[in-house]
Amino acid sequence: MATDTKSKVGTGVGIAAILIWCLLPVAWIVSLSFKSQDAVTNGSPGFFPSSGGGAGFDNYQSVFQNDEFARSILNSIGISLIATVLSVIFATLAAYAIARLEFGAKTFVLTTALVIAMFPVVSLVGPLFDMWRTLGIYDSWLGLIIPYMSFTLPLAIWTLSAFFREIPWEMEQAAQVDGATSWQAFRKVIVPLAAPGVFTAAILTFFFAWNDFVFGISLTSTERARPIPAALSFFVGNDPFNRPASLLAAGAVVATVPIVIIVLFFQRKIVAGLTAGAVKG
Amino acid sequence: MTSVIANEAKSSSKAPKPPDSDRSRTENRLALKLVAPAIVLMLVVTAFPMLRALYLSLFSYSLTAPDDREFIGLSNYWTALTDQLFWRDTGNTVFIMIVTVVFELVIGFAFAMVMHKVIFARGTIRTSILVPYGVITVVSGFAWQFAFSNTNGFINSWLGWLPGIDADFSWFDKYSTSMIAIMASEIWKTTPFMSLLLLAGLAQVSEDMLEAAKVDGATWWQRLYKVILPNMRAAIMVAVLFRALDAYRIFDNIFVMTAGANGTESISFLTYRQVIEQFQLGIGSALSVLLFLSVLVVALVIVKLFRVNLADARQES
Repeated sequence: MATDTKSKVGTGVGIAAILIWCLLPVAWIVSLSFKSQDAVTNGSPGFFPSSGGGAGFDNYQSVFQNDEFARSILNSIGISLIATVLSVIFATLAAYAIARLEFGAKTFVLTTALVIAMFPVVSLVGPLFDMWRTLGIYDSWLGLIIPYMSFTLPLAIWTLSAFFREIPWEMEQAAQVDGATSWQAFRKVIVPLAAPGVFTAAILTFFFAWNDFVFGISLTSTERARPIPAALSFFVGNDPFNRPASLLAAGAVVATVPIVIIVLFFQRKIVAGLTAGAVKG
Repeated sequence: MTSVIANEAKSSSKAPKPPDSDRSRTENRLALKLVAPAIVLMLVVTAFPMLRALYLSLFSYSLTAPDDREFIGLSNYWTALTDQLFWRDTGNTVFIMIVTVVFELVIGFAFAMVMHKVIFARGTIRTSILVPYGVITVVSGFAWQFAFSNTNGFINSWLGWLPGIDADFSWFDKYSTSMIAIMASEIWKTTPFMSLLLLAGLAQVSEDMLEAAKVDGATWWQRLYKVILPNMRAAIMVAVLFRALDAYRIFDNIFVMTAGANGTESISFLTYRQVIEQFQLGIGSALSVLLFLSVLVVALVIVKLFRVNLADARQES
């Protein structure tokens, strides 16, 4: 009995620790985004806005009125979505081959994917910078979509091949025996089984593209293609020596909201995908 | 690659007829067609630029004076490897890698143990654990930079009871405290990922074995060291390998929080600075090649040192 209560208390403390760990810095950045810019310039230490130092939603308004920032949100959404869709399509084809077909190059594909997942991206920045300028896709959506696809493919291929291996493919034949055409068998049996895996891979891919910073700052030079993380880091406001902390915080919150929404809705799928991709493969 | 073999066995038992060579040839061809786009895409953006970096690294080549490009053999490598800056930054990178991975492993394991035990509110906890994972690294960097700031932060007032820390304490004025701030951001963001990987490993430890150990009178520590840890060795090793290689590439946090001030530069940051800020493609390419080689070395050392067996880890649970 005594050890039972003790372990229950321990678990309770653990839960509290996890929640504080995960949410405190997020709460902090939200709180900071409500400090007024004047208060921040004069210095306003402390977790919460001091009395009279609050700004309401002013910072958020400024963020959305800032053309550069609004444009970078659009860039990020567009680039990440396109890269995700394309990457998942190619990864699905490859993962299907890996999970279902016998061919000699299977080990080669998996090893290549693994090596690329561990590649130091910064070492590519120089040559890509040079190549993209020659090809004329420097500072364009395409110039970012291509590297995002290459670097999300490994994760997507590993996750998807792990999912596809679990699918009972015999059901396709069973459906055909029962009189379904091969298209019906595919659409009514295989697609519903494979969809969750594809969806998970898409979420993880989107996270990667949304989070990228190295390519975002080195392969763009103007707001034409600059994604949110890069725009945030270059945003200096009116006074370059005193960064507008609360305005940046508001921008950061805006950049984080889409991710939090995705997490809230698809928590279970993301966990399954992360562990399948990395541990099970 | 156990699972590949297992898969082969599975599919051959599914189709017991003798392998029809014609059919297997078409299957092979179809498979190659399916993987080709992915392989091409992955190699176009990695292997090809890497070879180009290898080539450019043999030249004295600056984008500000592209016509003065000149073949100088291995001089760039010699310049880099004899420069103190290169070794200082490599030292920083290795230091950050070791410290962050150790912290992440310990805290992540504790989190995984808690999540494994929790029955109610599972969804809430997993949702919150994914938040740091989803937060953009740049945002995490800002959040921590402002938190540590002495004008607008809260860390100084919360840690005021520590000797040497008062309201005016400036974390970003010197090397040691800047590094603490950078590593705090890095550890905060990536520990949840680590804990999820460890949780998956924890789920593979058999409850029967734990129960048996308990009945035999093993203490909590004994169960942890003799039963749990040895049985999730593969998961731990994979988590360490993934995270260590990721930490070795640290760039975003340093860029945002200190921009390399007070000697807090990492090797990735040095490479970036040479190429993008100073347009030194020759020496920058040499640094790119060295960075790539050092990641390979780190990967090999970890695999050898801990005898990571990826095939083991990929076994289906």
